[in-house]
Amino acid sequence: MKGSLIVVAFFCVGCLIGAANEFRFSTHNVSMYVLYALMLQVGIGIGCNRQLKELIKSLRFKMLLVPVATITGTLLFSAFASLLLTQWSVFDCMAVGSGFAYYSLSSILITQFKEPSMGLQLATELGTIALLANIFREMMALLGAPLIRKYFGRLAPISAAGVNSMDVLLPSITRYSGKDMIPIAIFHGILIDMSVPVFVSFFCNL
Amino acid sequence: MFTIISIMFTGIGIGYLLRDLRFLQKVEKSISLTIFLLLFVLGLSIGSNSLIINNIGKFGWQAIVLATLSILGSLLASFLVFHLFFKKGGNE
Repeated sequence: MKGSLIVVAFFCVGCLIGAANEFRFSTHNVSMYVLYALMLQVGIGIGCNRQLKELIKSLRFKMLLVPVATITGTLLFSAFASLLLTQWSVFDCMAVGSGFAYYSLSSILITQFKEPSMGLQLATELGTIALLANIFREMMALLGAPLIRKYFGRLAPISAAGVNSMDVLLPSITRYSGKDMIPIAIFHGILIDMSVPVFVSFFCNL
Repeated sequence: MFTIISIMFTGIGIGYLLRDLRFLQKVEKSISLTIFLLLFVLGLSIGSNSLIINNIGKFGWQAIVLATLSILGSLLASFLVFHLFFKKGGNE
């Protein structure tokens, strides 16, 4: 919990500094390289784990059900969101939900895919909403991890994390759900990662 | 996307080969520092984006609705999967 609060604090300080200064360099590139560094370290962490062989052996076919649950639940409830957000169609809302907390990629894809049909202004708006919604999802998964684990079971922090179950959320998943959840979390993250562009483009073209 | 996954697998390879090096066991610490940096940079890009900052009220609540519902849906679905398929298996 303390770690998550520090993460959110860093995010807020970043927002304030960003709002106070005019940046003309591309933060997108910087965050890309930081993400690469993070994934390399996550990999090293798994590689030098003494229980690596047991972790791989513990992979089961039924673990596929976890990403399936994440995708089904997210898409179904994102569709309900269109009842409240009358400006957007059911498929627009599902496209935003298909970000699965992958804010950078989903917002760029939505803006690009939606521009031909709804124009640059509306496409940028939907892309911005996708960016914020997926950041909020990450923050909720981060801050809520102990509660999510308590009320929805050991798999729930993984599902809530979406694509981040293999990077930003992996430490808190390990902490609240246990070390034996690491293989599921990584496996889940990889599958969700690959599904983001597929679902986003699918719902944007409907 | 594939770059990210292949970088992770490169890391697994490096970590496996060098698993006897002591300082690699401290990678958890540097992982959390990197996460701090990542979210800080994300904050910078949000804060310096005037489209978002000037319309935060308009976009913010829609994003909250979508984020809350999408996370809730995934929680309920994983709750179901956990109770139907994982709980009986004992420790899994």
